Amino acid sequence: MIPSAFDYTAPSTVDEAVRALADAGEDAKVIAGGQSLIPVLRMRLAAPTKLIDLGRIGELRGIREDGDTLVIGAMTTHHDVQRDPQVAEHALLLKVATDTVADPQVRHRGTLGGAVAHADPAGDLLAPVLALDAELVLHGLDGRRTVAARDFFVDYFTTALRPDELLVEVRVPRHTGWSAHYEKFSRVAQAWSIVAVAATVRAEGGTIAEARVALTNMSSVPVRAHAVEQALVGQPATAEAIKAAAQHAAEGTSPSTDSNADTAYRQHLARVLTSRALTAAVGA
Amino acid sequence: MRITVTVDGTTYTDEVEPRQLLVHYLRETIGKVGTVIGCDTSNCGACTVHLDGQSVKSCSVLAVQVDGSEITTVEGLARDGRLHPVQQAFHDNHALQCGFCTPGMIMQSIDLLAENPDPDENAVRHGLEGNLCRCTGYQNIVRAVRDAAHKMRPGAGPDAERVEHSPSHAVGGE
Repeated sequence: MIPSAFDYTAPSTVDEAVRALADAGEDAKVIAGGQSLIPVLRMRLAAPTKLIDLGRIGELRGIREDGDTLVIGAMTTHHDVQRDPQVAEHALLLKVATDTVADPQVRHRGTLGGAVAHADPAGDLLAPVLALDAELVLHGLDGRRTVAARDFFVDYFTTALRPDELLVEVRVPRHTGWSAHYEKFSRVAQAWSIVAVAATVRAEGGTIAEARVALTNMSSVPVRAHAVEQALVGQPATAEAIKAAAQHAAEGTSPSTDSNADTAYRQHLARVLTSRALTAAVGA
Repeated sequence: MRITVTVDGTTYTDEVEPRQLLVHYLRETIGKVGTVIGCDTSNCGACTVHLDGQSVKSCSVLAVQVDGSEITTVEGLARDGRLHPVQQAFHDNHALQCGFCTPGMIMQSIDLLAENPDPDENAVRHGLEGNLCRCTGYQNIVRAVRDAAHKMRPGAGPDAERVEHSPSHAVGGE
């Protein structure tokens, strides 16, 4: 199918893009990699009057270290995140989750910032960003502000971004030496995750010193499984201890029912997948 | 909007609507009908082409976004009447039934082999996860990719696709 007609601009700097966004009004839409947006335009589920393409803004691409933080430009593609040695060393959870996103063609175009700003609750990169306590840098007409991931995701496809703001950076505190795994459950290879679990662990000897666990598609936003994290501290890195802690995974959640799964089944999946993710992460 | 793009070694300058998809530009504006449209959901991968050396689904890219870029389609693979080694391997291994998915399968296979010159069966299946064959002819497709890998060592890549730029528009294909 063919999208509705729209105007198009491809600014070359963030400042130009923010200005274009403010001038264009509420019917404008920002396009990053376009791998969610273009299919939606094609099906005419959205019909913006103007697209502001961030693809020509070089300053939004690339990964650098800033002290104890890994700074990932919003327009860095999934493909580049997957292959970046700094990400593998300091934010392994983000790498292993990105490995599972869509397919190679989509990963060549899709971007981390686009996925985060799109805020699809079934998207695979929201939970890792939340689990790693990332911060999102937003750039608007009045300058920049930083929002913690836990405050950024507001509702289905809704974030703390104001109408004149762009997501420009994802800042990930270094989790050097943490093992990680992303476990997803979907009906067929290309389907969205019905539930998925992002887990990353710091072990000392055979003991779990710290753990971070976040759940995909258990709510309108990604959620942290704090009870699991707390139950794991000081535990031996064994399958038994992990299984016991994972029983807390669905506490406090009330996931929706849809054609793939009802609430109780999603909660069951959260427990099972948390156990699998943690077991794989620690190699138990 | 005016775009200039190099497709299979020929440079084209055209006026396009911002909403025109790359696949429609390739097929309808410049006549590269070797790239096909297999679905309306971005799932099938039949429209896969290389954009500056990386595989993309041309139904999920706007023509205006490729201004200044270089594109290779399945039509740009053969050299002097000789098939690309991956095309030849698909032929030799009967890796097509109806053939509709084949252009995308071949383009994605070349991308896969550029990253991993010697993929095992599992790596081939994962590398082609964005391409669907409705005839379910996957066994021979996997065989073909591994056969091509063995014949192409040390691997395909952008160099294998580089062609001399011809001075004017190609009309009517080969």
